[in-house]
Amino acid sequence: MSDKYRIDEPTGTEFVGHEWDGIEELNTPLPRWWLWTFYATIAWAAVYVVLYPAWPMVSQATEGVLGWSSRSDLAEEMSAADMARAGTFERIAATDITKLPADADLMGQAISGGAAAFKQHCVQCHGAGAAGYEQYGYPNLNDDDWLWGGTLTDIEYTLIHGIRWEGSDETRSNYMPAFGDIFSRAELDAVTSHVLSLSGEGQSSATGAQLYADNCAACHEANGAGNRDLGAPALNDAIWLYGSERAQVSQQIAYPRHGAMPGWSDKLDPVTIKMLAAYVHSRGGGEFEGDATEEVAPEIETESADEVAAAEQVGDDGRS
Amino acid sequence: MADPDELERPPQNGDATKRDWGAALPQVETDPIAARRLPHQPPPKLYEKRKAVHNKRIDGPFRRFKWLVMVVTLAIYYVTPWIRWDRGPYAPDQAVLIDLANRRFYMFDIEIWPHEFYFVAGMLIMAGIGLFLVTSAVGRAWCGYACPQTVWTDLFQHVDRLIDGDRNARIRLDKAPWGPAKAARRGAKWSIYLLISMLTGGAWILYFADAPTLFVDFFTLEADPVAYMTVAILTGTTFWLGGFMREQVCIYMCPWPRIQGAMLDEKSLIVTYKDWRGEKRGSLKKSLKNPDEYGDCVDCLQCVAVCPTGIDIREGQQIGCITCALCIDACDRVMAEVGRPRGLIDYATLEQCEAEAAGAPAQPAWKALVRPRTFIYFGIWGAIGLAMLFALGTRSHTDLTVSPDRNPPFMLMKDGSVRNSYTLRLRNMEARPREMEVSLAGLPEGSVMWTDRIGREDAAPSQTLTVPADETRVVRAYVVVPAGSDIDSFRFVLTSLDEQGESDSEETTFSGPGD
Repeated sequence: MSDKYRIDEPTGTEFVGHEWDGIEELNTPLPRWWLWTFYATIAWAAVYVVLYPAWPMVSQATEGVLGWSSRSDLAEEMSAADMARAGTFERIAATDITKLPADADLMGQAISGGAAAFKQHCVQCHGAGAAGYEQYGYPNLNDDDWLWGGTLTDIEYTLIHGIRWEGSDETRSNYMPAFGDIFSRAELDAVTSHVLSLSGEGQSSATGAQLYADNCAACHEANGAGNRDLGAPALNDAIWLYGSERAQVSQQIAYPRHGAMPGWSDKLDPVTIKMLAAYVHSRGGGEFEGDATEEVAPEIETESADEVAAAEQVGDDGRS
Repeated sequence: MADPDELERPPQNGDATKRDWGAALPQVETDPIAARRLPHQPPPKLYEKRKAVHNKRIDGPFRRFKWLVMVVTLAIYYVTPWIRWDRGPYAPDQAVLIDLANRRFYMFDIEIWPHEFYFVAGMLIMAGIGLFLVTSAVGRAWCGYACPQTVWTDLFQHVDRLIDGDRNARIRLDKAPWGPAKAARRGAKWSIYLLISMLTGGAWILYFADAPTLFVDFFTLEADPVAYMTVAILTGTTFWLGGFMREQVCIYMCPWPRIQGAMLDEKSLIVTYKDWRGEKRGSLKKSLKNPDEYGDCVDCLQCVAVCPTGIDIREGQQIGCITCALCIDACDRVMAEVGRPRGLIDYATLEQCEAEAAGAPAQPAWKALVRPRTFIYFGIWGAIGLAMLFALGTRSHTDLTVSPDRNPPFMLMKDGSVRNSYTLRLRNMEARPREMEVSLAGLPEGSVMWTDRIGREDAAPSQTLTVPADETRVVRAYVVVPAGSDIDSFRFVLTSLDEQGESDSEETTFSGPGD
């Protein structure tokens, strides 16, 4: 026992009494605070194992008496977020879509919500910037050229019923005949020239004009302004759904492609569809209620594009 | 005590080795306590147990000044959040408010946004240089009078005095064994500590929200959890630092005394014991008997008794001295009683001390303030302050930033014109809604713009928008340039349509099919 209190000269520390081949062990205990912290962590671990999921079992870990899980935390946060949004959703649901722009705050909320839904459901075809893909014929939603109308009501209708969608009887649908089987090669060239000339490209010919008047004007109008009621695209502007090259235009006349879009009424709730309409409308080409009728009305009556433009100008001035 | 049986135990394995080098050592006593005190070299102790400071009550000019500073600083701390300041209906009416939730800092007529954090940085720099300035002029006056640690320690020491009595009573009580009387006194004292600590922590949160509302919410348990947490933490730290750590904060924890150690020089004002006058110290009786042998110091230890950090100033300048000057009060009082001139302990510079020791007359303390270093610090400090005031007075309350859409970069319209889309951020730093005009500069004739909230039929070369009070309004803007224009860039110009007529502009790109 006397060894126990022997002191190591150089360090002033006592020996513990263990020795091996002349090497002895000094008694330098752990600092108390460290030791107690260590004990506290052990105690904490014991408590933790009881309270929280801890032991891995065959299919899942032990549940813990608190019943906590990160999944239920997430579910709570999600439902809290849903609750927070519920008021806005109800207001949007209760507001007629034509009245939406009048409520700037609600319109802003709808645009934000629509932007989120667009990223989930629409970007696959229309692109992240809503600019579409010309090579596939997915329309650009940013411009001011609308096949079926660009007011909030028109866009909402398109979203609900789709285009050439078998899921709705009221879907927007039209079919252009394939003139490749009707026209000769020369006739096709002549019509193509005339169509291009409508927007100021190249020269037309009497044959082309005649063929256009007989076969195309019924839907696309004599001046090429198109007809939104039929979904006939305007041919007298700078925007081409399937390309503006002569070969592309000619191809479309001969064997037209017809794009399709599913209606979303079976997948999305009415509020989301409303918000999507608001978002698409806000992309810069949105038309306000009344625009379409005022634009279409003179187009049916008049022959010249200049007059149409003049009529539009009057309409604009009248409003502003 | 050595046990003979154990000393003469039979040899065991390994004993030989032990004996070999153990033989050269001095005889080792086997008493466990004594063994630790043997004449081997013990490693130097790095830890010194704290000796409790029981400073004695003192009155005098410096003590009264300390009272005044304590009242003023505590009043500033507790009253400031309650001062109201009318900023109109769109901004809070609290004079000093750090509104973290809305990211605004209000100080009377000044409102600071997060992007103007350099004002706060400037104030911190001024505070830093201000400390240099104070140190250069009056030494550690910050430590001695105005530092929160000093003020609160002083407050807690007055509580000690109130509950336990003055120095001697407190020393007695400290040594007394625990009993009901001691427990009652300790309980009362710590309760008051806790109350002061809670008031300290409680007042802090009032700077971060509307004080009257938060005050009510706090007691009706409707305040944010972070408010309770902040109060709890600050109560804990005040209780611990003010009630128990006290001078150890100054001596061991605070970096400032160490920095000051490097900043003080022979021209700095410090609290000094004039040893050439005081030594050789001795009791009044002795010094009256041998006036030639003894100096003015009667070794009454009053300077030590009143010291809030428990040092002996007669040992000279030291890190524990916060220059609170209470020892000056104590010594002056004793000098008056024994009929000797005041100022045996006094504010003086080391240079003055040398001069006085050599026989020069004592100088008034203010002369120590006048020196180039002080003026240089004051110049830098003032220049930063003036620059900040200038920046504050001339800053624009209007700002515009523009980011062009990159997807898609441009849009071809029906008539062949080209449209670009931009996100505009219009900042209104006034506490009222303002009409602002956004216009286009450097675009060809016929170029127009509109926003996502109005139709294209309202497109015009400029748009007037209302920006809400004290907000940044984000607007999506569309700019259309007639077909055939070849431009790469232009400017958005923002002008406030009020008497201020502030404006800002930003150049941005315009993309087209040709790019």
